[in-house]
Amino acid sequence: MNIELLNQASAFISQEADMLDHGEYPEWLALWEEKGLYIVPINPDETDFANTLNYACDDAKMRNLRVARLGSGESISTSPAPRTIRSVSRFRILADDGKTVTVRCAQNLREFRKEIQKHYTANLTYTLVRDGDSFRIQQKVVRLLNSSDALQCIGYIP
Amino acid sequence: MTSQATSKGHTLADLVQHDRVHTSLYTDPAIFETEMDKVFANTWVWVAHTSEIPEAGSYKTGYIGRQPVVTVRDRKQQVHVLLNRCRHRAATVCEGHKGKTNSFVCPYHGWSYSLDGALRGVPSPESYGDLLDKADYPLVKLRVEEYAGMIFATFKDDIEPLVDFLGPAKKWMDLFMKQGGGFPVKVGGEHRFRFPGNWKIQLENTTDAYHFPLVHKSFLSSVDKQTEEMLDFVEGPGFVEDLGNGHSVMVMIPDLVDLEANLDAPIPERFAALAEELRADYPEDQVRRIVRAVGGSGFNLNIFPNIACSMAFFRVLRPVSVTETEIHHAVITMDGGPEAGNRARLRMHEHFQGPMGFGTPDDSEAWERVQKGSNAGTDQWILLNRGLAKEQETADGRRSDVSAETGMRAAYRQWKKLMTA
Repeated sequence: MNIELLNQASAFISQEADMLDHGEYPEWLALWEEKGLYIVPINPDETDFANTLNYACDDAKMRNLRVARLGSGESISTSPAPRTIRSVSRFRILADDGKTVTVRCAQNLREFRKEIQKHYTANLTYTLVRDGDSFRIQQKVVRLLNSSDALQCIGYIP
Repeated sequence: MTSQATSKGHTLADLVQHDRVHTSLYTDPAIFETEMDKVFANTWVWVAHTSEIPEAGSYKTGYIGRQPVVTVRDRKQQVHVLLNRCRHRAATVCEGHKGKTNSFVCPYHGWSYSLDGALRGVPSPESYGDLLDKADYPLVKLRVEEYAGMIFATFKDDIEPLVDFLGPAKKWMDLFMKQGGGFPVKVGGEHRFRFPGNWKIQLENTTDAYHFPLVHKSFLSSVDKQTEEMLDFVEGPGFVEDLGNGHSVMVMIPDLVDLEANLDAPIPERFAALAEELRADYPEDQVRRIVRAVGGSGFNLNIFPNIACSMAFFRVLRPVSVTETEIHHAVITMDGGPEAGNRARLRMHEHFQGPMGFGTPDDSEAWERVQKGSNAGTDQWILLNRGLAKEQETADGRRSDVSAETGMRAAYRQWKKLMTA
């Protein structure tokens, strides 16, 4: 097992999680490859995201619009903004071809907004492109544990 | 029934006035119980689009009111809507949202039913002697009829034919289905979510243009200028029309009522790249037809009580309790149509709809606040008099401006008719 790579990848993903929990969106946007995709599928087994309906399938433009919306004050579902705390753990390197690394981990996210706390658990799968001693995100897939159920609205970036 | 006293000393009939409804319609659990019987078990209720059960054995589970049902296509292509309940000891015989099966087998004692609901097999039948005639125990079957690919079912055997119930709504359904762009309309997946509020709050919303610029300000900020201008319809030339039997249409963008008209008009900037991509495989007239269809229709058709044909998707509502409602937003794609066009529709749907869309969560927040606010006051009313001043009779019903509450008044008139029958 390549412990150094595992440490690098988990440090990167933990940092990304911390950015999202603390609303550091410009920094979060800068983590991405220009052609990167942020995806929250409906079917947990889905692999053809382009030709199926997802909860989110954001290219760079949509990621920027999503971030702008969260901070705009124009959306009643995100004003006040939900607070989130997420833990990422159970990291595993699924593939490594020298240039890109595929990492899977677990995410436990708690959200609090206006009297109600909710809990979303997900498998996260990252395709990371090596960039010096760090990475850039080529793809992040958030497979919510209950994605195939009727959800409640999600006013943040899981 | 009309003289029956309900909350605050009002009778059921008093709770719906021509210009207002009583708040207890959102909050009274006894009214909700009555609705399950008098409305949902007593009219045509939408269960599926034909594309959701494409082949013999394809099924879709769902609810009529709170009663679990299965919609299934049998080997002769006949569609059945069956109560999802074994005739022996009531266990559901079909789980999962959609799928394909050869039969329905109860998991508890193994009673098995064919796709048309007939009881085929009972394990170890000897114990019954001659007490059990299988012909007496098929899955309970509802009356089913279909129009424009939309499948409806009803518990009320002597109800009017579906086409009569739909009435003038039929021509709007025909117009809506033109968004197949020359291909059959296909449900291409759906977003499902719940909000803590009464089902009628959502029913109203599909015919409420008034909220759009305010609640969807963040969505409007995320689209191109041309789209933003197109969606600036509240003071525009559109209209809302009461179509009878609780149905109504809200035309927001008159230019997009008929997707097969004006095909020579310039292609909007946001579809220029898609049109260019399609030109590799389709002649120009077909490209224009597809591109115009991809953008969706310029109207919402509200069909009482649970389905709407809304711009580019089907909106399905399911009452869960007096204070909880489940919504499905089913995306429409072109069956056999260009992948690029379907991808555009999927991305547009994700942009506005669903729990992570730029539109739905804000609607959901507004509905939740309606429910919360409804707990204030002891004898308060919900106002529905917007647009009443200019409302005029038409051949199909009555019509007022695009942000009129005419569609809501239509729905509540039907609600009152059913609830006091």
